[in-house]
Amino acid sequence: MNPSRISQLFARCRAENQPALIAYITAGDPSLERTVSLVEAMELGGADLIELGVPFSDPIADGPVIMRATERALAHGASLAGVLEVARKIRERSQIPILLFSYLNPLLRYGFERLAQDAAAAGVDGILMTDASVEEAGKFVPVVRAAGLDTVFLAAPTSPMERLKQVAAYSSGFVYLVSRTGVTGVRDQLAGSAAELVERMRTVTDLPLAVGFGIAKAADAAAVAKIADGVVVGSAFVRIIEDSAGSLEMESRLEAFTRELKAGARAGRA
Amino acid sequence: MITTSQPDSGGHFGPYGGRFVPEVLMNPLEELEQAYYAARRDPAFQAELADLLKDYAGRPTPLYYAKRLSQTLGGAKIYIKREDLLHTGAHKINNALGQILLARRMGKKRIIAETGAGQHGVATATVCALFGMECVIYMGEEDMRRQRLNVFRMRLLGATVTGVTSGSRTLKDAISEAMRDWVTNVGDTHYLLGSALGSHPYPLMVRDFHSCMGAEAREQILAKEGRLPDQVIACVGGGSNAIGIFHAFVPDTAVKLVGVEAGGRSLAPGEHAARFAGGSPGVLQGCFSYVLQNGDGQISLTHSVSAGLDYAMIGPEHAFLADQGRAEYVPCSDADALEAAQTLARTEGLIPALESAHGVAEALRRAPAAKGEIFIVNLSGRGDKDIDIYRENLKELDEPESN
Repeated sequence: MNPSRISQLFARCRAENQPALIAYITAGDPSLERTVSLVEAMELGGADLIELGVPFSDPIADGPVIMRATERALAHGASLAGVLEVARKIRERSQIPILLFSYLNPLLRYGFERLAQDAAAAGVDGILMTDASVEEAGKFVPVVRAAGLDTVFLAAPTSPMERLKQVAAYSSGFVYLVSRTGVTGVRDQLAGSAAELVERMRTVTDLPLAVGFGIAKAADAAAVAKIADGVVVGSAFVRIIEDSAGSLEMESRLEAFTRELKAGARAGRA
Repeated sequence: MITTSQPDSGGHFGPYGGRFVPEVLMNPLEELEQAYYAARRDPAFQAELADLLKDYAGRPTPLYYAKRLSQTLGGAKIYIKREDLLHTGAHKINNALGQILLARRMGKKRIIAETGAGQHGVATATVCALFGMECVIYMGEEDMRRQRLNVFRMRLLGATVTGVTSGSRTLKDAISEAMRDWVTNVGDTHYLLGSALGSHPYPLMVRDFHSCMGAEAREQILAKEGRLPDQVIACVGGGSNAIGIFHAFVPDTAVKLVGVEAGGRSLAPGEHAARFAGGSPGVLQGCFSYVLQNGDGQISLTHSVSAGLDYAMIGPEHAFLADQGRAEYVPCSDADALEAAQTLARTEGLIPALESAHGVAEALRRAPAAKGEIFIVNLSGRGDKDIDIYRENLKELDEPESN
């Protein structure tokens, strides 16, 4: 099998000694149609990989910003089928890697066999399940991989070495490191726990490592780019979408902010 | 044939249960499991808990023969397990005492909990006062309105009550908010979950702490009647009082176990919380079990006149017992629960919690056709906290000239 779009991205980034900028967006906020053009704006601004968030009614791992985005998306009728349609529209004009970012229940309800097939057909490159440990989600990994998709799992500062090994074993494409305990959302300062986690993870895997949670500005992106292969930004993007509700400038503001973050991340490697 | 009521090493009862949480919480749950298993084996822990249950909470609770009620119905002999007599007014104190001892043993300094009806919140605030621990209770704003008296009680006991404004502003949203707190403050904080729900080891641990109800009731009925009951009936929200009274009877396959869910206004979507009447297996808040959800896997809104039963998921061991055919689950409407509460009040002088009234209603429905049978109904809580809701729903009793 050819290397996945995600693997190719990180291979290229490593070869060029550049960090990958990973941008999260809640699909369907403010509408599924708009998500397509918002992703285009983030790509124009320099995003290297898109995390397409599947809205779920009870997002236990999310802070207020993404909670509100989820509520808006569900109020406008977003569903997993609709999110896959968004991926298909993005894929029509772009080769940017797309990671489906979801709580488990909407995926279970859709059915993993069918999901893996439909997601691959829509041009999705991988799946990350927020509330599914390797113990519970491990059984879905072969189905997802068989369709040619990557499976990305989370590692946390609270994970002992044994768990980190498991997370690495079930992950492909990259591993997503949660910088600190807590829910998603912007913080004033990047937690010191991130560097320690990257160091521990490096001892158990050669997979690319991306760090997320609480990264909101260029300086944070620079700090993460110094230690990790990828920088994940979520709530800060979603907040811009919320703040520019109804405005035609949503795309241009998002693009400008992405550019700022990308410059920050690159500066971290300079 | 029941294979087991012990979960596997991953906390599964059959296919149900497990651990569906962000990675941050996986190791803390493993540590909690280890600490719990060690405490369960430790005679000193068990002795301290037994003392508190006896001298502080008031166990054992009586098994009371409701003679006038039974004779009025003209069928089964109805016995009532008097959890309403426990300190704080409901069974919830059993689990709160168990978990606070465990939290202290684990060196935790801060306790958080969710509450629906407020009974678990009051029990948690009570044990935190008793052990001098910081206490934060998450409660949906709709439930704070419905259960004002319990909000005040928690504050009087020194707890901070934090209103939750997301979703339907009820129990489910309070649990999500408590989980967000726990994921953030997991180092020094114990999440004192109040029902037989959530991730392993909670469903097992909460059941164990409540299993004294069934163990006592089994012994008491054998002493009084010389035989086991025909039916054991309890209301089921998450399912802690039901699993607590069922557990000792699970191996007694001749004893029918009946769980009563909130049938709400009707069995149309959004109007009830009867998971076995319209629900299907899914994942919510750390657990795989029967849950009310739509075709996209979004969790449905629920309704019940009783805040404690107003929850979209049932505990995983109940789902297992239902699949096995070992327990049956039936819905009871708001109206029938209110009616049953009045009947119990007027024939026995017992005003039940609205949750418990659902179980009473099912006993009233079954009793006339069950001559010669013995029922045990778990009166899991008393109705003081629900007086405002009773007043709203029984306006004819609240007129100045009414008599």
